[in-house]
This record gives sequence, C-alpha cells and structure tokens, in this order.
Amino acid sequence: MRTLILATALALSAPAAFACETFTVGDLTVEHAWSRATIGAGRPGVFYVEITNAGDTDDALIGLATPAAGMPMLHETVVMDGVASMPHAMSIPVPAGQTVALAPGGYHGMLMDLSTALKEGDSFPVTLTFEKAGEVTVNVEVLSLRAEGPDCEHAAQ
Amino acid sequence: MPLPIAEMVFTLTDHRGKTVRPVDWIGRPTLVFFGFTWCPDVCPTTLSDISGWLEDLGPDADRLNTVLISVDPERDSPDVLAEYLSNFDPRIIGLTGPLAEIERAAAGFRARFEKVAQGEHYTMDHTAGVFLFRADGRFGGIIDYHEDRRFALPKIRRVLE
Repeated sequence: MRTLILATALALSAPAAFACETFTVGDLTVEHAWSRATIGAGRPGVFYVEITNAGDTDDALIGLATPAAGMPMLHETVVMDGVASMPHAMSIPVPAGQTVALAPGGYHGMLMDLSTALKEGDSFPVTLTFEKAGEVTVNVEVLSLRAEGPDCEHAAQ
Repeated sequence: MPLPIAEMVFTLTDHRGKTVRPVDWIGRPTLVFFGFTWCPDVCPTTLSDISGWLEDLGPDADRLNTVLISVDPERDSPDVLAEYLSNFDPRIIGLTGPLAEIERAAAGFRARFEKVAQGEHYTMDHTAGVFLFRADGRFGGIIDYHEDRRFALPKIRRVLE
C-alpha cells in the first residue's frame, strides 16, 4: 500500500503531468497545453494545445489571456514557396466533431512581453476564449526548448 | 538552385567568435539552414528536428558541417547564438555578421528573408528548408520544413556517401 501511495505521488510530480491534464468547457475538451522554455524574458514564448469539439456546432478560439505575458496573440506559421512567415490569426476554427491542434509548425499562441523567463518544469495558467463556449483556464507546462510535445502516454495513469 | 559552395562568397562570424567563409566547408558534407533566435515556433522546431537527425546519424554526423545562418543580425550576436544553441546538438554552428554579408550568403543559397513589423516588435520571414551539399560543395538537395525524418535521413545519408 505504501509503495502504491509513493508511486501515485511520483506520478503526480512527473514532468509531463501538467500538460496531460484535461479541461472542459461546454462541448470542448482542452488538453496537452504546453510551452517551451525561453532564454530570458525578452523573447516571445510559445503556447501549444489541443482542442476537441464533441458538439455539433462549430466554434472558434478567439483569444488568449495569461498573467505570464503582456501580449499573447494567436499566430499561424505558413510556409509558402519555401518561405516561412508567421501571420497573426484573428481566430482559429474549431469545427464540430473535430480536433484542432496548436502545434509546432502550424497554429500557435505567441506570448509577447513575458513577465519572466519560462523555465523548464514551470507551469502557468492560460485562459482561452471561444466564440460560443466561452472561457476556460488551463495549466500550461513548460517543456525544454527542444521539446516537440508532452509525452502523455507515459504520464497517463 | 543554390550555387555550389565553392562559388559562394561571404564572411561571417560563428557563435564562438571565429571567422567563417564557405570555402572552409569544402571537404565535408554541409547542411545549412536560415533562422533567428527570436522566433518561438519554426526555429526551435527546425533545430530540434536537426538535433534528432544528428543523433540518429550518430558518429557519421561528426563528418557534417551543420550550420544555422541568422537572418536577424540586429538581435543575434555570437553570444546570443551561443546561448541559444547550447540547448541543441553541440555539432550545430551558428553564424551571424553584418546584414550585407548575410544578404550575400542568402543570395548564394537562393534563400530569401524579410523583416516584418509586428506591433512595436518585428519578426523575420525566411526560407525554412534545410540545404544539403556534398563534400565537394555540390548542391545535394533540400529538406523541406518539418519534413518527416523517414525522408530527411536518407537525403542526408546521400550527401554523406
């Protein structure tokens, strides 16, 4: 029994734990919220997440807010003729019955004016605003600058 | 198509402060990409992909010149590049220098970059692919942005032959 309690405690403090939490608002499920460590606070941070719309009405992510950054914005990395650019996205569609990922190389949150450098292992809250479902606040886990995403299969229990 | 390395002319400084010219790369296969340390999405992703490729190639990757050329010399000094690159595979070399030299380098690779205002900040649009060259400096192909490693690794192995 003691071993089991210890194992549970370890699982809860495992590095990937925060990013593997699931949050819901209305028909939307929000999970795998993560970010990358930054060098100092002068550079922007990044925010990635997965949103699943289990309902039968289309929705859209229209804004981000976080105490970690003065100016969080939605962006999309677009590669056209081999050139990458990063236009501002007014909103990110979350169609009925689909999962939308803010993920490396595509849609992402860009966290400008960080209040402090993001360090691996830290976490911070981000409030997502959806056109129809409203607001939901998630915990974002800071992974290494090299990370390509949280490893939730190992953390799942 | 990019010029052969032997026909490129530019002088830049690496993240350890050493002067680098393209002729220095001849004799080893070379992998070059453009980027900047301010960008939160594309550049860490590309550097992370490349670090993974180098690890998969193992000791063979020791024979490669693996080079990041900054398109943002205003913010990317050699020291800034050194701190940034310390997060990735140590075989990756970062280059920066005067804007005119970076423009000459980009012209040789037929790469493009452009400064884009973003509120009170700015970001850089830039060619996102990874350029490959054989040891004699001949162009050996491009790995597109975020290309799957199943396709990327054979392309690198081909220039290593």
